[in-house]
Amino acid sequence: MSKILKTNALESEAIYIFREVVAQFENPVLLFSGGKDSITLVRLAQKAFYPGKIPFPLLHVDTGHNFPETIEFRDKLVEELGLNLIVRHVQDAIDEGKVTEETGKYSSRNMLQTTTLLDAIEEFKFDACIGGARRDEEKARAKERIFSVRDDFGQWDEKNQRPELFDLLNGKIEIGQNVRVFPISNWTELDVWSYIEQEHIEIPSIYFSHKRETFVRDGLIWSASKYVYREEDEEVLERIVRFRTVGDMTCTAAVESDADTIEQIVKEIKVSTISERGARIDDKRSEAAMEKRKQQGYF
Amino acid sequence: MEVLKIATAGSVDDGKSTLIGRLLYDTKSLTDDKLEAIERNSKKKGYDYLDFSLATDGLVAEREQGITIDVAHIYFSTKKKSYIIADTPGHVEYTRNMVTGASQAQASIILIDARKGVIEQTYRHFFINNLLRVKQVIVAVNKMDLVDYDQQVFENIKADFEKLNAQSSYEEQKITFIPISALKGDNVAQKTDAMSWYTGDSVLDFLEALKPEQEELTAARFPVQTVIRPKKDEFHDYRGYAGKIYGSSLKVGDAVTVLPSLTSSKIKSIEFFDEQYEEAVAGSSVTITLENDINVTRGDILVKSDEMPHAAKTLTASVCWMDGKALIPGAKYEIQHNTNRVLAKIDSIENVISTDYSGEDASATQLTLNEIGKVNFKLSKNLFFDNYADNKAGGSFILIDTQSNTTAGVGFIG
Repeated sequence: MSKILKTNALESEAIYIFREVVAQFENPVLLFSGGKDSITLVRLAQKAFYPGKIPFPLLHVDTGHNFPETIEFRDKLVEELGLNLIVRHVQDAIDEGKVTEETGKYSSRNMLQTTTLLDAIEEFKFDACIGGARRDEEKARAKERIFSVRDDFGQWDEKNQRPELFDLLNGKIEIGQNVRVFPISNWTELDVWSYIEQEHIEIPSIYFSHKRETFVRDGLIWSASKYVYREEDEEVLERIVRFRTVGDMTCTAAVESDADTIEQIVKEIKVSTISERGARIDDKRSEAAMEKRKQQGYF
Repeated sequence: MEVLKIATAGSVDDGKSTLIGRLLYDTKSLTDDKLEAIERNSKKKGYDYLDFSLATDGLVAEREQGITIDVAHIYFSTKKKSYIIADTPGHVEYTRNMVTGASQAQASIILIDARKGVIEQTYRHFFINNLLRVKQVIVAVNKMDLVDYDQQVFENIKADFEKLNAQSSYEEQKITFIPISALKGDNVAQKTDAMSWYTGDSVLDFLEALKPEQEELTAARFPVQTVIRPKKDEFHDYRGYAGKIYGSSLKVGDAVTVLPSLTSSKIKSIEFFDEQYEEAVAGSSVTITLENDINVTRGDILVKSDEMPHAAKTLTASVCWMDGKALIPGAKYEIQHNTNRVLAKIDSIENVISTDYSGEDASATQLTLNEIGKVNFKLSKNLFFDNYADNKAGGSFILIDTQSNTTAGVGFIG
C-alpha cells in the first residue's frame, strides 16, 4: 500500500464546509429536494463524517406537486443510508390559511414553500440549513456567501453580508437567526454531473430520457399533469424528454433529449447552448425573481 | 478537474467586464439564453454594445447604479481546467472586497488602461496582491487598440510598474505583462496579428499553463475541525480527527505534536471516506487517527514535531478593516485562527497605510472601514501561529465583533 491521496479541490472544499457546520452549529439540517444537487450533498456529507453516520436530519419541503419518481427515490435513499427524514407539507400551510394557493395560467406552489420552510425552521429550532444552491446557477446566487446569515424572518440582507476570507467561516449568530450553508457554491452544473458520473451516484429516473405527456408554452416544454394549469388550445403530445433540473411539476420544464446514461448527459451538457435555469419557469417571472424570493427567505 | 481561482480588480472604465465577458464568450461559456438576456438588457438600457457587467452584477442595486458592489463569482472552463473568477470593484471604498477576492486567489489580474498608465488604483491593486502574497500576478495592459497597438506605450507602462515592484519585499511574486484589447479580443483567449511585436502568451494560454505545484510548499498544518466518533460496535474505540491539510503533505508514520497541549504522537492512518492512504497532499480534507489515545479537540492543530510554529500571548499583524465601527485601542474582539477562537484586545495601532499608498501614518489612533494598518494584539490565551509570509493558513485570522457577530476585519501576522 503506497497510495497517495490527490485532492479534488471542489470535493475537499465541500467536505470542509460540512465539517464546519457540524462544529459551529447545534442543530443543522440538510434541505433535501430529491434533485441531483441535494443528492450530491448527501454523498459529500457521507464522506465528511465516515465512518460515522450523517449527523443531521434531512428536511423535505413537499409542495404536493412533485414528480412521483422523485418521492420514490427519496424514500429509497433514506432507507438505504438510514437517514432521518423530516417532511413538511405546503398543503398544511394552505389548509391552515397561512398562504393562499395561486391561481391562473402560471400558478405554482414554488413561492409558497418559503412559509413552510420558515415554519419548520422555527418548529425544530434549526440554526443551520444546508442547501445545494450553486453560484453559477443564477446571478443573485452568484453573490451568496457560503455561510449566509438570515434574520428571524428568514430574510437575506444582500447588501450587508459578512466577508469570507480564506477558509475562515464565521457562523456566529444571535438566537432566532439562522445560517443558510451552501457547500457546493463553487461547483458548476458540469462539475455536479461529472461527480455523479465519477462516484456512480444514483439519481431519479426523470433525469434520463423518457416518454412524457407534455405541452409547449412560451417555448418551454411543460409536463401535462393535473397540477399544472393548461389552456384548452395548449395541445398535449408525447415527447422524448428529460429534466436537467428538478423542482416541482409547476416550475420545472423538460428538455427534448435522448440521453439515457450519465455519460450521455455529461456529453449533452458539455455542448448545450442553454443554461440549466433556462428551464426554470420560476426564474422567468422577472430579472430579479431570485433576489426577491431570497429576500423573503427562499433558499 | 483542476480548479484555478483568479481574482480581478478594476473599475468599469478599465474594461474589466469586457475582459471577463470576452473570456466567457471565447471559451463558449456563455449559453444562448444568458447571451440573449445580456443583449436584451443592453438594448433596454440604450447601449450599442454588449454590457457584460449585466451578467455579473447580480443585485438590483448594482444594476440600477451600474456599479459592482459585492464580489461576484464567475465560472468558466476549458478542456484543461475549471476557472473561478472572484470579480471585485476597484475603488478605494471596496478595498475590503478586493482583499476578500485576493484571499481565495492563486492568480490575480491587474488591469491598466493603456491610455492612462499606472494610476492610484494600480498602486492599490498591487499593494493588496503583495500583502496577501498572491503568487501569480498578470498585469493586463488593456485598450491597446486605442493607442494604435504601440509597443512603446506598453513598454513605458511596464517600466513604471517595475519601479513599483522594486519596492516589493515579496521576491517570489511572478509578474507577467500582457498587452491586450478586451474589446477586440487581442491576446485575451488567443493571440491575434494586431501586436506581432509581443512574443508572450495570451491571458488564457498563460492561465492554462499555470500548474498548481507552483504554489509554495510550506510547513504542514492540520487544524482539527471535529472529532469523528461513530456510535457503531465495529468502531467502538475509533477517534478520527477531521480536517483539511495545509502547507504540504502528511504521511502515515509522521511524528506529530498536538497544539496547544504539546503532546506527541504518530500518524496511524490517513483516511478519506472508506479508503486508507499512505500520504495526502495539501488541500485534502481527510480524517487522521493517531497511535496514542490522547486528548484532541476542535481548535487544536497537528503539526510535524520538527516544524513547530511560534507560540505567544501577543501578536502583530497587518489588518484590513471591514466594519463600519472603527477599530480602536482597548477594544476586544474574538480572533478566529484556523478552527480556533481566542479573545483578543487591541493593544495599539502602529500605523495606518495612507489610501494613496504614499506612506504610513504612525500617529493614527484608529483604523476605519477599508483601511489597512499594523496592529498589536494582546491575547487571552497562548496562540500557536506562523508569520503570514511563511505560511498562509497559519498566519491569517479574522476578527469577529463580539456584539454584532460580524466579521469585522482580517489579519496577516508579521
